Amino acid sequence: MGVVQNLFEDGYITTTVDGFLNYCRASSIWPMTFGLACCAIEMIQYYSAPQHDFDRFGTVPRPSPRQSDLLLVAGTLTKKMAPIVRRVYDQMPEPRYVIAMGSCAGSGGIFNTYSVVQGVDNIIPVDVYIPGCPPRPEALMNGIIKLQEKIKKEHYIRK
Amino acid sequence: MDPLQIAKMVEEKFAGQVLDTTTYAGQVSIMVKKDLIRDICLYLKDDPSLKMDHLADLTAVDYSTYPGDTGLRFEVVYNLISIEYRHRIRLKVRVPEEDPRVDTVSSIWQTANWHERETFDLMGIKFDGHPDLRRILLPEDWEGHPLRKEYPLKGY
Amino acid sequence: MSASSTKEIVQKEITLNMGPQHPATHGVLRLVLDLQGETVVGCDARPGYLHRGIEKWMESRTYHQIIPMTDRLEYITCMNNNLGYVVAVEKLANIEVPERAQFIRTLMAELTRLSGHLVWLGTHALDIGAMTVCMYTLREREFILDLTEMVTGARQTVSYVRIGGVRNDIPRDFFDKCREFTEIFPKRLEEYDTLIRENRIWLQRTVGIGVFSAADAVNYGLTGGTLRGSGVNYDLRKVEPYAAYDKVDFDVPLGKNGDVYDRYIVRINEMRQSVRIIKQCLDMMPSGPVVTPDPRYAIPEKMNVMKSMESLAHQFVLMSKWVPMPKGEVYVATEAPKGELGFYIVSDGSGRPYRIKIRAPSYVHVSALAKMVTGHMVADVISCIGTIDIVLGEVDR
Repeated sequence: MGVVQNLFEDGYITTTVDGFLNYCRASSIWPMTFGLACCAIEMIQYYSAPQHDFDRFGTVPRPSPRQSDLLLVAGTLTKKMAPIVRRVYDQMPEPRYVIAMGSCAGSGGIFNTYSVVQGVDNIIPVDVYIPGCPPRPEALMNGIIKLQEKIKKEHYIRK
Repeated sequence: MDPLQIAKMVEEKFAGQVLDTTTYAGQVSIMVKKDLIRDICLYLKDDPSLKMDHLADLTAVDYSTYPGDTGLRFEVVYNLISIEYRHRIRLKVRVPEEDPRVDTVSSIWQTANWHERETFDLMGIKFDGHPDLRRILLPEDWEGHPLRKEYPLKGY
Repeated sequence: MSASSTKEIVQKEITLNMGPQHPATHGVLRLVLDLQGETVVGCDARPGYLHRGIEKWMESRTYHQIIPMTDRLEYITCMNNNLGYVVAVEKLANIEVPERAQFIRTLMAELTRLSGHLVWLGTHALDIGAMTVCMYTLREREFILDLTEMVTGARQTVSYVRIGGVRNDIPRDFFDKCREFTEIFPKRLEEYDTLIRENRIWLQRTVGIGVFSAADAVNYGLTGGTLRGSGVNYDLRKVEPYAAYDKVDFDVPLGKNGDVYDRYIVRINEMRQSVRIIKQCLDMMPSGPVVTPDPRYAIPEKMNVMKSMESLAHQFVLMSKWVPMPKGEVYVATEAPKGELGFYIVSDGSGRPYRIKIRAPSYVHVSALAKMVTGHMVADVISCIGTIDIVLGEVDR
């Protein structure tokens, strides 16, 4: 972890505060799993089926926005639903992240109609987009890893 | 029972109410006047030889841009089946554009309640005597009825 | 004596808002419950949070382009939606389908029915508190998704059934894999069944809850397992057989009391029947083409498109504007895992439908929820939502 590595006795490591905080945050992203449509089924398949072990990334699904760091929006966002998504996002404590899972959440997808919001980024900021209709569980896994990489590059002390 | 025979029975029972009977792909549709639609439905449901107890579907079609169609604008469609005898029939009612109203059948089949609310929401047809005619799928402050043909796909 | 104990006890109704963001409502359903203490005295279900305008969208696309959209209706069991729509279009234009395609359709539809019922069983049990069952059922569902992927190339939204046939023939090694599945699955099913069938908590949460008499169930328009739990023998696979259902042998399981527990028994038995149908389809699978011989509607093979001008031109016409369909209208209903899935198609003679109305079983079931939960406790609302087996994509369309 730096040039001072191995200078101290066993049991000590040296790192930056940013590095330590980011390491903790990236390894315990608790997602608020906001299943809206078809993608929710693949999301359930991902975090409930034993084949894809979601928890090994430290991501334990939470049903409440107040306990979570990540809003996992999976599925089509309609105009009727939009205020609720925004409200859930506002309830989350900072720092918070958003993954838009699926084409609909990313851009409206094939539903270019009167009642569909063309992408979640119209109402909340999005960190990672996962394309696919619906994305495979592996793609969701990749999205989580990408988010972890992003978190690890953040600075808290020296902005 | 043969659906054409059902059509004949309705015609005999309600003289002058049946405007037209058409058959396509083995499915029989009866076009009736809108005034006695409740009585016709009640007859179809309660007659012991018909027993059309399952209202499979209730919807409406906007015929304003249909090529060659000169009738009234909206058509309310009732798809009925008898669970015991397993015969199907389709009832149709035309309602005008200026005053799209038809009597509710939700007191005959409970399931019609939500079908009628949906038809009101998306097509703007009012059902007289409906207990709770509100918008159901769209937000309550929505303007317009999206399934009408002049409504653009992407909205206003 | 303290002041508080002399106060009069005030009883009043409170309104509880449940959803649209609630883990046990199976999507974005919103319920407004009126409570007297913990007893539900009124329930107003408010769907529409996933209304995507699918029916309007369909009016602007050709008959072929609509198939992928039917996947997104009831997104757990996409194949059955494909099949329901395609059967309706075939009825409209009187298209002949080769026998092998019919058997493949039946086989895939039953596999998908299993995957739908597995999600139902898992989430229903999870809501009531039996978490292990959900893990198990999703493990088996993953097996089915692998099988689906072998045939269609997609896990969930498959668009496999095409007008006049299916997209492609099934690969040869699918048969062995599928037989392996039919060997494993019944044993696993017994395992899940023993976990909860006589479990005391399960019985207390399900027996006598959400009772529907046969007459009420018909009047409320319930279909599928929800109706058959009340003892009404109405299965569209028997009433109006489509695909190859008239050639295979299966029973229609029926309940007696019409409560949550009976519907559970019905659906578990339905899964056993599905395995039976799958086995028969594997044994009886005839050889032959999988696309209709009718040259108007058959999509040319890719090899021919590369080589012959006629095929290329025909492919272009079919993909861009489809061929003119006969004028008329049909209502065709099929037995989707949730119930009667009906398509009412009005054709004006062009390559695009004039109007499509989707009769979604879940929509009707949600409308019956108010009657089902009134008089029960708040916790029973959860088991009632589980038992009607709804998918919001289909409710709101």
